[in-house]
Amino acid sequence: MELKEAIAGTLESGDIMVRIGPAQSGRTGLSIELDSSVAAQFGRQIKELIASTLEDLDIHNATVSATDKGALDCTIRARVTAAAVRATGKDVWK
Amino acid sequence: MMFVPGNNPGMMADAHIYGPDSIMLDLEDSVTMAEKDAARILVYNALKSIDYGGVEMVVRINPLSTPYGKKDVEAVVKAGVDVIRMPKTETAEEVKELEAEILKVEKEIGCEGRTKIMAAIESALGVVNAYAIATASPRMMGIALGAEDYSANLKTNRTPGGAELLLARESIVVAARAAGICCFDTVYSNLDDMESFRKEVELIKTLGFDGKSIINPRQIEIVNEVFTPSPKEIEKAMKIVAAIKEAQAKGSGVISVNGKMVDRPVVLRAERTIALAEAAGVLSKEDL
Amino acid sequence: MRNSKAITLEEAIHKSGLKDGMTISFHHHFRGGDKVVNMVVAKLAEMGFKNLHLAASSLSDVHAPLIEHIKAGVITKISTSGLRGELANEISHGLMEEPVVFRSHGGRGSAIASGELHIDVAFLGASSADELGNACGYSRSDNAKSICGSLGYALPDARYADHVIVITDDLVAYPNMPMSIAAADVESVVVVDSVGDSSKISAGAIRDSKNPRDILLAKQAAKVVINSGLFNDGFSIQTGTGGASLAVVKYIREEMLARGIKASFALGGITAHMVKLHEEGLIEKLIDVQSFDKVAAESIKTDPFHQEVSSVDYASGEHKGSAVHALDIVILSALEVDEDFNVNVLVGSDGIIRGAIGGHQDTAADSALSIIVCPLLRGRIPCVVPKVTTLITPGKSVDVVVTEYGIAVNPARPEVAERLSAAGLPVVDIHALSAKASSIIGTPDPLPFGKKVVGVVMNRDGSVLDKIFNI
Repeated sequence: MELKEAIAGTLESGDIMVRIGPAQSGRTGLSIELDSSVAAQFGRQIKELIASTLEDLDIHNATVSATDKGALDCTIRARVTAAAVRATGKDVWK
Repeated sequence: MMFVPGNNPGMMADAHIYGPDSIMLDLEDSVTMAEKDAARILVYNALKSIDYGGVEMVVRINPLSTPYGKKDVEAVVKAGVDVIRMPKTETAEEVKELEAEILKVEKEIGCEGRTKIMAAIESALGVVNAYAIATASPRMMGIALGAEDYSANLKTNRTPGGAELLLARESIVVAARAAGICCFDTVYSNLDDMESFRKEVELIKTLGFDGKSIINPRQIEIVNEVFTPSPKEIEKAMKIVAAIKEAQAKGSGVISVNGKMVDRPVVLRAERTIALAEAAGVLSKEDL
Repeated sequence: MRNSKAITLEEAIHKSGLKDGMTISFHHHFRGGDKVVNMVVAKLAEMGFKNLHLAASSLSDVHAPLIEHIKAGVITKISTSGLRGELANEISHGLMEEPVVFRSHGGRGSAIASGELHIDVAFLGASSADELGNACGYSRSDNAKSICGSLGYALPDARYADHVIVITDDLVAYPNMPMSIAAADVESVVVVDSVGDSSKISAGAIRDSKNPRDILLAKQAAKVVINSGLFNDGFSIQTGTGGASLAVVKYIREEMLARGIKASFALGGITAHMVKLHEEGLIEKLIDVQSFDKVAAESIKTDPFHQEVSSVDYASGEHKGSAVHALDIVILSALEVDEDFNVNVLVGSDGIIRGAIGGHQDTAADSALSIIVCPLLRGRIPCVVPKVTTLITPGKSVDVVVTEYGIAVNPARPEVAERLSAAGLPVVDIHALSAKASSIIGTPDPLPFGKKVVGVVMNRDGSVLDKIFNI
């Protein structure tokens, strides 16, 4: 799927800001960078959730960087989805 | 009914811990145009995932006349919302249009008739049509006043006493009662003036409203205090209900409590007092 | 004057006979505004001292400069009630070879009195002192530069240290009366420009909250107090420093007025809230080991029934006369509470040290009722957990845990649970709270602790409670 650079979410407490862009040239798959206030306890799980949310939306090649302020899973899913909708220009989440 | 901005996940995560009767996640005025899509997705995910502990969940959608309204309906019906609040309702036709949109989505996912509607009345035309709006659909569970838009529409201002809202408030209560649905008053936005807030809650309770819309958890306690019947009121109501039961058992037509005759309106009021006390958690079924 | 003890800091250090490897001590009454620790340790470094043991009543963000002195070998051991900020961060990552020893305020007082914690030289900041060393935490002169109120944590140091140096920014005429530290205990007096920034004594951990969740927690905690069975005329109370536990006082006050009940005393860190109730006649006396804000500090200066108390007389478990033994109700905060009611107030759930034991162990153990007020969740961080990261206050001293999702009562206190339920409060099982937390946020991964011990947590009786590992 063709991707533009897009952002969703905020840096407020309990939220996560997700930036999605096309995969770097010559690379495939999802490259996910995460900066989280709860990295030690939840970093691994958050990265997995970002990846599975994108896979479910049929996005398999992308660069993601996220700044997390303690968001719950449902918020992470929502922000990744919103960023994906903006990046693809399609309501991919339905 | 507590208003929570629909694009603020921190506030949405635990809005229920403050004990509101219902929570209204807002996709309309508190969300900027640029964030309508993200807020809709956020509200969808919150409704699906967060355990709000049985609190009634309401979502205020954008008007159907905007590019967002129909998408909002689709998302929140699919997420299983209890009530959709339609803003700026002016005619019964608008309610019917929303009803049709809801039904379309419900049919798609096989849950026809699940979603209820609350209409916010925020203009002179809406007030004039209040009864028609209140009876426009069997899904209608309540009507609510939105005072900011209404007073602007009247070409007046909000005042501390709320004289400008009197007719609207009374019309909405009367329409709701005639239609047999609930009615909710508008928000009070000055959080630093709790005394005036209390006065307003007392006023709208006297006018007959079922509840008040609030914008901050700090307002909940006052609403509950005003709406919760006093121990004296509860005691009196319980006596009346007990007397009726006794009279019915005896097959007696005339009921009296403390030497005074009790007629039907008194009985209805007593029953409502007990229902309110139960809802406020100061009276349990075992006490009856 | 004759016999003046006023000399420069360097002279005072020479005179003290301080040698490499010895123990120096400090108090933390200026909290985030403290200037004494950094000033003295910088001077000791300049003078070439090495291998010193720094025994402070507590350390905070402002003491980050100690990192360089630790790296340079000037300080090689620390004893304290708590650590915060960059210093805490570095130590958590393994900055020091020797573990930091953490004691409660009462535990520190006992350890100093018993000689277990022997102090060679105490450097004690004071807002006023005369040339013989009579010193206190406020000043009555026109040149007053600072105020910290009670000097409660410094009093055991003044009494038991081999050598005491008072450091002041307001040298007043003899006799400085009333005094907290008496000249008889003081060897030298050093005058400096500033011992501390009084505006920062209420910074850091102490906040007055408008946060609706804090208000909810405070109201629930107040209801626990009111329905505890101990809320009777003449009761006594202490509150901690969290936003919620401070706000409780406001709601208790309303009920005291409604019922015409007065408290005999309030204990511990004293705040403006407590002073207000005292001035209204709702609390007869204030027993103050630490003034938590400027209002409290001013009050101790002017009010005869606002009494300074040493950490030993405040909270020592060994001394039967300490005030905690007479305390009815204490309201405390927590970083974590576990299913056995154990409390952690020291190590964050990321494994980094970010707090202080304070009087937590002492007041929880000796009060008639200890109430912990903490949210179930701070963002995605759980506060009710299966097992605390670090054990600070054993569960057997903890009676009630108040969260926004319900109130848990220690099964050892069934009569309390019964009273709270009867009052309509939402009493729940602590396991249900822990389960609720994990249902909302999931199960955190275990923290990647290393093998190096960076901290040792002492119980107030001098036994070891827990160890903190590097992360």
